[in-house]
Amino acid sequence: MYEGVVQDLIDELGRLPGIGPKGAQRIAFYILQTDLADVRRLAELLLEVKEKVHFCVECGNVAQEERCRVCLDPRRDLTAICVVEEPKDIVAIERTREFKGRYHVLGGAISPIEGVGPDDLRIRELMTRLADGTVTEVIIATDPNLEGEATATYLTRFLAPLGVAVTRLASGLPVGGDLEYADEVTLGRAFEGRRRVDRQAP
Amino acid sequence: MPVYRDEAIVLRVHKLGEADRIVTFLTRGNGRVRAVAKGVRRTTSRFGARLEPFSHVDIQFHVGRNLDTVTQVEALESHGPSLSSDYPRWTSGSAMLETAERMTPVEREPAQQQFLLLVGGLRALVAGEHAPSLVLDAYLLRSLAVAGWSPSFDACAKCGELGPHRAFSITGGGALCAECRLPGSASPGAETLTLLGALLSGDWAAADASDERNRREGSGLVAAFLTWHLERGLRSLPLVERS
Repeated sequence: MYEGVVQDLIDELGRLPGIGPKGAQRIAFYILQTDLADVRRLAELLLEVKEKVHFCVECGNVAQEERCRVCLDPRRDLTAICVVEEPKDIVAIERTREFKGRYHVLGGAISPIEGVGPDDLRIRELMTRLADGTVTEVIIATDPNLEGEATATYLTRFLAPLGVAVTRLASGLPVGGDLEYADEVTLGRAFEGRRRVDRQAP
Repeated sequence: MPVYRDEAIVLRVHKLGEADRIVTFLTRGNGRVRAVAKGVRRTTSRFGARLEPFSHVDIQFHVGRNLDTVTQVEALESHGPSLSSDYPRWTSGSAMLETAERMTPVEREPAQQQFLLLVGGLRALVAGEHAPSLVLDAYLLRSLAVAGWSPSFDACAKCGELGPHRAFSITGGGALCAECRLPGSASPGAETLTLLGALLSGDWAAADASDERNRREGSGLVAAFLTWHLERGLRSLPLVERS
Protein backbone atom coordinates (compact mmCIF):
# COMPACT_ATOMS: atom_id res chain seq x y z
CA MET A 1 0.00 0.00 0.00
CA TYR A 2 1.25 3.46 -0.92
CA GLU A 3 0.37 6.73 0.74
CA GLY A 4 -2.85 8.60 -0.01
CA VAL A 5 -3.05 9.99 -3.52
CA VAL A 6 -0.55 7.55 -5.09
CA GLN A 7 -2.63 4.58 -3.95
CA ASP A 8 -5.81 6.36 -5.14
CA LEU A 9 -4.24 6.75 -8.59
CA ILE A 10 -3.19 3.07 -8.66
CA ASP A 11 -6.72 2.04 -7.63
CA GLU A 12 -8.33 4.20 -10.34
CA LEU A 13 -5.93 2.96 -13.05
CA GLY A 14 -6.59 -0.60 -11.94
CA ARG A 15 -10.27 -0.14 -12.81
CA LEU A 16 -9.42 0.36 -16.49
CA PRO A 17 -10.03 -2.64 -18.80
CA GLY A 18 -7.05 -4.95 -19.21
CA ILE A 19 -4.99 -3.28 -16.47
CA GLY A 20 -4.19 -5.30 -13.37
CA PRO A 21 -2.63 -4.17 -10.07
CA LYS A 22 0.97 -4.47 -11.34
CA GLY A 23 0.22 -2.61 -14.56
CA ALA A 24 -1.62 0.12 -12.62
CA GLN A 25 1.40 0.53 -10.35
CA ARG A 26 3.74 0.76 -13.33
CA ILE A 27 1.62 3.45 -15.04
CA ALA A 28 1.26 5.40 -11.78
CA PHE A 29 5.04 5.54 -11.30
CA TYR A 30 5.54 6.46 -14.95
CA ILE A 31 3.16 9.40 -14.40
CA LEU A 32 5.05 10.42 -11.23
CA GLN A 33 8.33 10.55 -13.15
CA THR A 34 6.92 12.36 -16.22
CA ASP A 35 7.11 16.14 -16.85
CA LEU A 36 4.25 18.12 -15.39
CA ALA A 37 3.37 19.55 -18.84
CA ASP A 38 2.89 16.08 -20.32
CA VAL A 39 0.75 14.94 -17.41
CA ARG A 40 -1.35 18.11 -17.63
CA ARG A 41 -1.88 17.52 -21.35
CA LEU A 42 -3.02 13.96 -20.66
CA ALA A 43 -5.40 15.11 -17.93
CA GLU A 44 -6.84 17.84 -20.18
CA LEU A 45 -7.29 15.35 -23.02
CA LEU A 46 -9.15 12.95 -20.76
CA LEU A 47 -11.56 15.71 -19.77
CA GLU A 48 -11.84 17.02 -23.32
CA VAL A 49 -12.65 13.62 -24.81
CA LYS A 50 -15.36 13.09 -22.22
CA GLU A 51 -16.88 16.54 -22.77
CA LYS A 52 -16.65 16.77 -26.57
CA VAL A 53 -17.08 13.25 -27.89
CA HIS A 54 -20.58 11.83 -28.19
CA PHE A 55 -22.23 9.01 -30.07
CA CYS A 56 -23.62 9.87 -33.52
CA VAL A 57 -27.42 10.18 -33.38
CA GLU A 58 -27.66 8.45 -36.75
CA CYS A 59 -25.29 5.46 -36.58
CA GLY A 60 -23.94 5.29 -33.02
CA ASN A 61 -20.31 5.89 -34.05
CA VAL A 62 -18.14 8.20 -31.94
CA ALA A 63 -18.51 11.81 -33.10
CA GLN A 64 -17.50 15.31 -32.05
CA GLU A 65 -20.68 16.79 -33.54
CA GLU A 66 -24.24 15.52 -33.46
CA ARG A 67 -23.43 13.30 -36.47
CA CYS A 68 -20.18 11.45 -37.17
CA ARG A 69 -17.74 12.14 -40.02
CA VAL A 70 -19.08 9.22 -42.10
CA CYS A 71 -22.74 10.25 -41.78
CA LEU A 72 -21.90 13.87 -42.68
CA ASP A 73 -19.90 12.87 -45.79
CA PRO A 74 -22.12 13.52 -48.87
CA ARG A 75 -19.97 11.20 -51.04
CA ARG A 76 -20.95 8.09 -49.08
CA ASP A 77 -23.33 5.61 -50.69
CA LEU A 78 -26.73 5.98 -49.02
CA THR A 79 -28.04 2.66 -50.31
CA ALA A 80 -25.74 0.41 -48.23
CA ILE A 81 -25.45 0.09 -44.46
CA CYS A 82 -22.79 -2.00 -42.76
CA VAL A 83 -23.85 -3.21 -39.30
CA VAL A 84 -21.02 -3.57 -36.78
CA GLU A 85 -20.81 -4.33 -33.07
CA GLU A 86 -18.54 -1.50 -31.89
CA PRO A 87 -17.22 1.84 -33.21
CA LYS A 88 -13.71 0.35 -33.37
CA ASP A 89 -14.97 -2.09 -36.03
CA ILE A 90 -15.72 0.92 -38.27
CA VAL A 91 -12.06 1.96 -38.07
CA ALA A 92 -11.00 -1.56 -39.10
CA ILE A 93 -13.37 -1.59 -42.11
CA GLU A 94 -12.43 1.97 -43.15
CA ARG A 95 -8.77 0.86 -43.31
CA THR A 96 -9.73 -1.55 -46.13
CA ARG A 97 -11.08 1.32 -48.34
CA GLU A 98 -13.48 -1.27 -49.79
CA PHE A 99 -16.76 0.00 -48.37
CA LYS A 100 -18.26 3.32 -49.43
CA GLY A 101 -21.61 3.13 -47.67
CA ARG A 102 -22.61 4.08 -44.14
CA TYR A 103 -22.49 2.22 -40.84
CA HIS A 104 -24.72 1.24 -37.97
CA VAL A 105 -23.23 0.42 -34.57
CA LEU A 106 -25.25 -2.10 -32.55
CA GLY A 107 -23.35 -1.51 -29.31
CA GLY A 108 -22.42 -5.18 -28.79
CA ALA A 109 -23.75 -8.63 -29.63
CA ILE A 110 -26.59 -10.70 -28.19
CA SER A 111 -25.20 -12.77 -25.31
CA PRO A 112 -27.85 -14.49 -23.16
CA ILE A 113 -25.22 -15.84 -20.76
CA GLU A 114 -24.09 -12.25 -20.05
CA GLY A 115 -27.70 -11.07 -19.86
CA VAL A 116 -27.49 -9.05 -23.11
CA GLY A 117 -30.65 -9.43 -25.20
CA PRO A 118 -31.87 -7.87 -28.47
CA ASP A 119 -33.50 -4.99 -26.56
CA ASP A 120 -30.09 -3.92 -25.24
CA LEU A 121 -28.77 -3.32 -28.76
CA ARG A 122 -29.56 -0.55 -31.27
CA ILE A 123 -31.74 -2.79 -33.44
CA ARG A 124 -34.84 -0.58 -33.26
CA GLU A 125 -32.74 2.39 -34.50
CA LEU A 126 -31.58 0.26 -37.45
CA MET A 127 -35.17 -0.54 -38.39
CA THR A 128 -36.01 3.17 -38.25
CA ARG A 129 -33.14 3.93 -40.66
CA LEU A 130 -34.46 1.33 -43.11
CA ALA A 131 -38.04 2.59 -43.01
CA ASP A 132 -37.81 5.13 -45.88
CA GLY A 133 -36.64 2.54 -48.46
CA THR A 134 -33.40 4.31 -49.45
CA VAL A 135 -31.21 1.47 -48.19
CA THR A 136 -31.12 -1.55 -50.53
CA GLU A 137 -28.36 -3.61 -48.89
CA VAL A 138 -27.51 -4.34 -45.27
CA ILE A 139 -24.09 -5.91 -44.71
CA ILE A 140 -23.87 -7.67 -41.36
CA ALA A 141 -20.30 -7.38 -40.10
CA THR A 142 -20.67 -8.68 -36.56
CA ASP A 143 -17.67 -10.58 -35.14
CA PRO A 144 -17.08 -14.06 -36.64
CA ASN A 145 -17.67 -15.74 -33.28
CA LEU A 146 -20.78 -17.49 -31.96
CA GLU A 147 -22.36 -14.40 -30.46
CA GLY A 148 -21.73 -12.44 -33.65
CA GLU A 149 -23.21 -15.26 -35.75
CA ALA A 150 -26.29 -15.56 -33.55
CA THR A 151 -26.78 -11.78 -33.65
CA ALA A 152 -26.56 -11.97 -37.46
CA THR A 153 -29.17 -14.76 -37.47
CA TYR A 154 -31.49 -12.67 -35.29
CA LEU A 155 -31.04 -9.57 -37.49
CA THR A 156 -31.57 -11.52 -40.71
CA ARG A 157 -34.92 -12.74 -39.43
CA PHE A 158 -36.11 -9.15 -39.04
CA LEU A 159 -34.43 -7.71 -42.14
CA ALA A 160 -35.42 -10.36 -44.70
CA PRO A 161 -39.16 -9.42 -44.80
CA LEU A 162 -38.24 -5.76 -45.50
CA GLY A 163 -37.05 -6.62 -49.01
CA VAL A 164 -33.47 -5.35 -48.57
CA ALA A 165 -30.54 -7.51 -49.62
CA VAL A 166 -28.96 -8.91 -46.46
CA THR A 167 -25.33 -10.02 -46.78
CA ARG A 168 -22.77 -11.32 -44.28
CA LEU A 169 -19.01 -10.86 -44.41
CA ALA A 170 -17.21 -13.96 -45.70
CA SER A 171 -15.25 -16.16 -43.29
CA GLY A 172 -12.32 -18.33 -44.12
CA LEU A 173 -8.57 -18.58 -44.31
CA PRO A 174 -6.42 -15.64 -43.22
CA VAL A 175 -4.26 -14.16 -45.96
CA GLY A 176 -0.64 -15.19 -45.47
CA GLY A 177 -1.45 -18.30 -43.43
CA ASP A 178 -0.67 -21.97 -44.04
CA LEU A 179 -3.56 -24.28 -44.96
CA GLU A 180 -2.21 -27.14 -42.83
CA TYR A 181 -2.52 -25.03 -39.67
CA ALA A 182 -6.13 -23.96 -40.27
CA ASP A 183 -8.60 -25.39 -37.77
CA GLU A 184 -11.50 -27.49 -39.09
CA VAL A 185 -14.17 -24.85 -38.29
CA THR A 186 -12.42 -22.10 -40.25
CA LEU A 187 -11.50 -24.46 -43.09
CA GLY A 188 -15.10 -25.73 -43.20
CA ARG A 189 -16.36 -22.15 -43.49
CA ALA A 190 -13.84 -21.47 -46.24
CA PHE A 191 -15.22 -24.46 -48.17
CA GLU A 192 -18.80 -23.29 -47.63
CA GLY A 193 -17.94 -19.85 -48.97
CA ARG A 194 -15.78 -20.99 -51.90
CA ARG A 195 -16.27 -19.12 -55.18
CA ARG A 196 -15.80 -19.92 -58.83
CA VAL A 197 -12.67 -18.43 -60.29
CA ASP A 198 -13.19 -19.55 -63.90
CA ARG A 199 -16.04 -17.08 -64.44
CA GLN A 200 -14.25 -13.95 -63.33
CA ALA A 201 -14.11 -11.09 -65.78
CA PRO A 202 -10.80 -10.99 -67.71
CA MET B 1 1.70 -32.80 -12.94
CA PRO B 2 2.83 -30.13 -15.43
CA VAL B 3 0.28 -31.08 -18.12
CA TYR B 4 -2.97 -33.01 -18.13
CA ARG B 5 -5.46 -34.00 -20.80
CA ASP B 6 -9.25 -34.13 -20.57
CA GLU B 7 -12.46 -33.99 -22.57
CA ALA B 8 -14.45 -30.79 -22.15
CA ILE B 9 -17.35 -28.60 -23.22
CA VAL B 10 -16.65 -24.86 -23.50
CA LEU B 11 -19.11 -23.04 -21.25
CA ARG B 12 -18.07 -19.43 -21.45
CA VAL B 13 -15.27 -17.17 -22.71
CA HIS B 14 -13.96 -13.87 -21.33
CA LYS B 15 -11.56 -11.48 -23.01
CA LEU B 16 -8.15 -11.16 -21.37
CA GLY B 17 -5.58 -8.56 -22.34
CA GLU B 18 -4.85 -7.85 -26.00
CA ALA B 19 -5.56 -11.18 -27.67
CA ASP B 20 -6.10 -13.81 -24.96
CA ARG B 21 -9.21 -15.34 -23.45
CA ILE B 22 -10.12 -16.95 -20.16
CA VAL B 23 -12.17 -20.00 -21.09
CA THR B 24 -14.45 -21.84 -18.67
CA PHE B 25 -14.76 -25.58 -19.37
CA LEU B 26 -16.84 -28.37 -17.92
CA THR B 27 -14.49 -31.35 -18.13
CA ARG B 28 -15.21 -35.05 -17.87
CA GLY B 29 -12.64 -35.77 -15.17
CA ASN B 30 -11.75 -32.48 -13.50
CA GLY B 31 -15.11 -30.72 -13.16
CA ARG B 32 -15.25 -27.03 -13.97
CA VAL B 33 -11.88 -25.62 -15.05
CA ARG B 34 -10.95 -22.06 -15.97
CA ALA B 35 -7.89 -21.69 -18.18
CA VAL B 36 -6.09 -19.07 -20.24
CA ALA B 37 -6.07 -19.55 -24.01
CA LYS B 38 -3.28 -17.36 -25.38
CA GLY B 39 -3.61 -15.46 -28.64
CA VAL B 40 -6.97 -17.02 -29.56
CA ARG B 41 -8.57 -13.69 -30.52
CA ARG B 42 -6.08 -13.23 -33.35
CA THR B 43 -7.32 -14.29 -36.79
CA THR B 44 -4.17 -16.39 -37.16
CA SER B 45 -4.87 -18.39 -33.98
CA ARG B 46 -4.48 -22.14 -34.50
CA PHE B 47 -7.25 -23.14 -32.13
CA GLY B 48 -9.39 -20.04 -31.52
CA ALA B 49 -12.36 -21.43 -33.45
CA ARG B 50 -12.29 -24.64 -31.39
CA LEU B 51 -12.67 -22.71 -28.14
CA GLU B 52 -16.05 -21.15 -28.83
CA PRO B 53 -18.95 -21.91 -26.44
CA PHE B 54 -20.71 -25.26 -27.12
CA SER B 55 -17.50 -26.84 -28.52
CA HIS B 56 -16.84 -30.39 -27.35
CA VAL B 57 -13.08 -30.77 -27.33
CA ASP B 58 -10.19 -33.04 -26.44
CA ILE B 59 -7.87 -30.66 -24.64
CA GLN B 60 -4.49 -30.44 -22.96
CA PHE B 61 -3.78 -27.99 -20.15
CA HIS B 62 -0.53 -26.84 -18.64
CA VAL B 63 -0.84 -26.39 -14.89
CA GLY B 64 -0.30 -22.79 -13.85
CA ARG B 65 0.06 -21.03 -10.51
CA ASN B 66 -3.39 -19.42 -10.63
CA LEU B 67 -4.98 -20.42 -13.92
CA ASP B 68 -3.98 -23.30 -16.19
CA THR B 69 -3.03 -22.62 -19.81
CA VAL B 70 -4.53 -24.33 -22.85
CA THR B 71 -1.73 -25.91 -24.87
CA GLN B 72 -3.54 -28.15 -27.40
CA VAL B 73 -7.13 -28.52 -28.57
CA GLU B 74 -8.77 -31.02 -30.90
CA ALA B 75 -12.45 -30.66 -31.78
CA LEU B 76 -14.66 -33.68 -31.06
CA GLU B 77 -17.97 -31.98 -31.90
CA SER B 78 -18.59 -28.39 -32.87
CA HIS B 79 -22.17 -27.59 -31.95
CA GLY B 80 -21.78 -23.82 -32.21
CA PRO B 81 -22.34 -23.27 -35.95
CA SER B 82 -25.60 -25.26 -36.08
CA LEU B 83 -26.91 -23.59 -32.91
CA SER B 84 -26.00 -20.02 -33.84
CA SER B 85 -27.95 -20.32 -37.10
CA ASP B 86 -31.17 -21.04 -35.18
CA TYR B 87 -31.98 -18.37 -32.60
CA PRO B 88 -34.41 -20.34 -30.36
CA ARG B 89 -31.99 -23.27 -30.19
CA TRP B 90 -29.03 -20.97 -29.48
CA THR B 91 -30.78 -19.18 -26.60
CA SER B 92 -31.86 -22.56 -25.16
CA GLY B 93 -28.29 -23.85 -25.46
CA SER B 94 -26.94 -20.72 -23.74
CA ALA B 95 -29.26 -21.38 -20.79
CA MET B 96 -27.95 -24.97 -20.65
CA LEU B 97 -24.33 -23.77 -20.53
CA GLU B 98 -25.11 -21.25 -17.79
CA THR B 99 -26.94 -23.93 -15.79
CA ALA B 100 -23.97 -26.29 -16.10
CA GLU B 101 -21.69 -23.56 -14.80
CA ARG B 102 -23.97 -22.75 -11.87
CA MET B 103 -24.46 -26.43 -10.99
CA THR B 104 -20.69 -26.83 -10.59
CA PRO B 105 -19.87 -24.00 -8.17
CA VAL B 106 -16.56 -25.48 -6.99
CA GLU B 107 -13.73 -25.55 -9.52
CA ARG B 108 -11.97 -28.89 -10.10
CA GLU B 109 -14.59 -30.88 -8.22
CA PRO B 110 -15.35 -33.80 -10.57
CA ALA B 111 -18.90 -33.62 -11.97
CA GLN B 112 -19.00 -36.39 -14.54
CA GLN B 113 -22.78 -36.79 -14.46
CA GLN B 114 -23.30 -33.08 -15.14
CA PHE B 115 -20.76 -33.34 -17.98
CA LEU B 116 -22.47 -36.34 -19.58
CA LEU B 117 -25.88 -34.70 -19.17
CA LEU B 118 -24.66 -31.53 -20.91
CA VAL B 119 -23.09 -33.52 -23.78
CA GLY B 120 -26.38 -35.40 -24.26
CA GLY B 121 -28.46 -32.23 -23.94
CA LEU B 122 -26.44 -30.36 -26.57
CA ARG B 123 -26.58 -33.33 -28.94
CA ALA B 124 -30.37 -33.47 -28.56
CA LEU B 125 -30.61 -29.73 -29.15
CA VAL B 126 -28.51 -29.92 -32.33
CA ALA B 127 -30.37 -33.01 -33.61
CA GLY B 128 -33.56 -30.93 -33.66
CA GLU B 129 -35.90 -33.90 -33.14
CA HIS B 130 -37.71 -32.14 -30.28
CA ALA B 131 -38.72 -28.52 -29.63
CA PRO B 132 -35.76 -26.57 -28.16
CA SER B 133 -37.79 -25.45 -25.13
CA LEU B 134 -38.64 -29.12 -24.32
CA VAL B 135 -34.98 -30.14 -24.58
CA LEU B 136 -34.04 -27.22 -22.33
CA ASP B 137 -36.65 -28.04 -19.69
CA ALA B 138 -35.71 -31.74 -19.76
CA TYR B 139 -32.07 -30.76 -19.27
CA LEU B 140 -32.87 -28.36 -16.41
CA LEU B 141 -34.98 -30.98 -14.59
CA ARG B 142 -32.33 -33.70 -14.97
CA SER B 143 -29.57 -31.31 -13.97
CA LEU B 144 -31.54 -30.53 -10.78
CA ALA B 145 -32.00 -34.27 -10.24
CA VAL B 146 -28.25 -34.91 -10.62
CA ALA B 147 -27.61 -32.16 -8.06
CA GLY B 148 -30.00 -33.91 -5.64
CA TRP B 149 -32.97 -31.58 -6.08
CA SER B 150 -35.23 -33.79 -8.18
CA PRO B 151 -38.80 -32.49 -8.04
CA SER B 152 -41.69 -34.90 -7.60
CA PHE B 153 -44.47 -34.68 -10.19
CA ASP B 154 -46.60 -37.65 -9.19
CA ALA B 155 -46.20 -38.84 -5.59
CA CYS B 156 -46.55 -36.28 -2.78
CA ALA B 157 -43.11 -34.76 -2.12
CA LYS B 158 -43.79 -34.80 1.65
CA CYS B 159 -45.63 -38.02 2.55
CA GLY B 160 -45.11 -40.03 -0.64
CA GLU B 161 -48.81 -40.69 -1.26
CA LEU B 162 -49.25 -41.67 -4.90
CA GLY B 163 -50.80 -39.03 -7.12
CA PRO B 164 -51.79 -37.34 -9.27
CA HIS B 165 -52.10 -34.35 -6.95
CA ARG B 166 -53.38 -30.87 -7.70
CA ALA B 167 -50.99 -28.72 -5.64
CA PHE B 168 -47.40 -27.97 -6.67
CA SER B 169 -45.01 -26.21 -4.30
CA ILE B 170 -41.59 -24.95 -5.31
CA THR B 171 -40.43 -24.79 -1.70
CA GLY B 172 -42.11 -28.10 -0.82
CA GLY B 173 -40.21 -30.07 -3.50
CA GLY B 174 -42.98 -30.64 -6.06
CA ALA B 175 -46.49 -32.11 -6.08
CA LEU B 176 -48.26 -32.16 -2.70
CA CYS B 177 -51.34 -34.06 -1.57
CA ALA B 178 -54.35 -32.25 -0.07
CA GLU B 179 -53.11 -33.07 3.45
CA CYS B 180 -49.59 -31.77 2.94
CA ARG B 181 -50.48 -28.79 0.74
CA LEU B 182 -48.45 -25.69 1.73
CA PRO B 183 -49.79 -22.13 1.65
CA GLY B 184 -48.92 -20.43 -1.65
CA SER B 185 -48.81 -23.70 -3.61
CA ALA B 186 -49.60 -23.42 -7.32
CA SER B 187 -52.35 -25.44 -8.98
CA PRO B 188 -51.00 -26.27 -12.44
CA GLY B 189 -52.97 -28.33 -14.94
CA ALA B 190 -52.72 -32.10 -14.56
CA GLU B 191 -51.35 -32.31 -18.14
CA THR B 192 -48.56 -29.90 -17.19
CA LEU B 193 -47.38 -32.13 -14.34
CA THR B 194 -47.62 -35.15 -16.66
CA LEU B 195 -45.46 -33.28 -19.21
CA LEU B 196 -42.83 -32.39 -16.60
CA GLY B 197 -42.76 -35.98 -15.38
CA ALA B 198 -42.29 -37.15 -18.98
CA LEU B 199 -39.41 -34.69 -19.49
CA LEU B 200 -37.70 -35.88 -16.31
CA SER B 201 -38.06 -39.57 -17.18
CA GLY B 202 -37.33 -39.20 -20.90
CA ASP B 203 -40.77 -40.12 -22.23
CA TRP B 204 -40.36 -38.05 -25.41
CA ALA B 205 -43.46 -39.43 -27.14
CA ALA B 206 -45.62 -37.93 -24.37
CA ALA B 207 -43.58 -34.71 -24.25
CA ASP B 208 -43.77 -34.13 -28.02
CA ALA B 209 -47.54 -34.66 -27.96
CA SER B 210 -48.09 -31.97 -25.29
CA ASP B 211 -49.77 -28.69 -26.21
CA GLU B 212 -48.28 -25.21 -26.12
CA ARG B 213 -50.22 -24.02 -23.04
CA ASN B 214 -48.90 -26.86 -20.88
CA ARG B 215 -45.37 -26.34 -22.19
CA ARG B 216 -45.46 -22.67 -21.19
CA GLU B 217 -46.88 -23.44 -17.75
CA GLY B 218 -44.29 -26.21 -17.27
CA SER B 219 -41.41 -23.92 -18.31
CA GLY B 220 -42.54 -21.38 -15.71
CA LEU B 221 -42.54 -24.03 -12.97
CA VAL B 222 -39.12 -25.36 -14.00
CA ALA B 223 -37.65 -21.84 -14.04
CA ALA B 224 -39.09 -21.09 -10.59
CA PHE B 225 -37.84 -24.42 -9.21
CA LEU B 226 -34.35 -23.82 -10.61
CA THR B 227 -34.19 -20.24 -9.31
CA TRP B 228 -35.27 -21.38 -5.83
CA HIS B 229 -32.46 -23.96 -5.62
CA LEU B 230 -29.74 -21.85 -7.25
CA GLU B 231 -30.77 -18.90 -5.02
CA ARG B 232 -30.31 -16.56 -8.02
CA GLY B 233 -32.00 -16.65 -11.41
CA LEU B 234 -30.14 -17.49 -14.61
CA ARG B 235 -29.37 -14.41 -16.72
CA SER B 236 -30.01 -16.30 -19.94
CA LEU B 237 -33.35 -17.87 -19.03
CA PRO B 238 -35.52 -14.74 -19.61
CA LEU B 239 -33.88 -14.36 -23.04
CA VAL B 240 -34.76 -17.88 -24.21
CA GLU B 241 -37.08 -17.70 -27.20
CA ARG B 242 -39.72 -20.32 -26.55
CA SER B 243 -41.59 -20.62 -29.81
